[in-house]
Amino acid sequence: MRVLRKLFGFVVLVGVAFAGIVVYRRRFLTQRERVDLYYEDGTLVSLEDGSDGAGRLLPIAHDAIGAARS
Amino acid sequence: MDPAQALSELTEISSQIQAACLLDSDGNVLANTVADELSAKRFTDAATALVAEALGVPHAGDTQLVQLEAATQDGSVFVVIEGDRAAAAVTKPEPTVGLVFYDLKSCLRAAGTPGDGDGKPRPLARRKATPSESAA
Repeated sequence: MRVLRKLFGFVVLVGVAFAGIVVYRRRFLTQRERVDLYYEDGTLVSLEDGSDGAGRLLPIAHDAIGAARS
Repeated sequence: MDPAQALSELTEISSQIQAACLLDSDGNVLANTVADELSAKRFTDAATALVAEALGVPHAGDTQLVQLEAATQDGSVFVVIEGDRAAAAVTKPEPTVGLVFYDLKSCLRAAGTPGDGDGKPRPLARRKATPSESAA
């Protein structure tokens, strides 16, 4: 009985750890959508999702990806 | 090298590139790897629109936009602009950005260059003198 309880506790611990890793990956490691523009003089403008420019460019990019894979 | 041949080599070399097209400055399609006609048109229209929108983004200075990457959860769209031509490509998510840009630039150069298709211009072969020219 005692061994069974220990095993159950271990399984619960592993389950919680796994769930924590999944939540962490989804929350922090998922790449945010963005558009990077590179200019001739070497400058880079990065438009993060939610900005004005990205709001116009990202839907077009989604359309291009959808069309290329269909 | 023929634009279609250059694109074919590009998709053969790069495992990250799933589809690509070559456009001129007027938006005319020089080559496309998407087989379905309707999808191909949608893809090139979207690539042209992406470049047009990107050119409209305000930027300090008077320099030209030369390349862009639109990174989404589904994949990335890359565009390289050189002279009066542009190459656009779609990749899987989180690609090796520098490598894709390099491959696209090489493809653009190869598409407009006679020779081996490595993007490097070759000197024209010397014409042999005809007997009448050598006698003169």
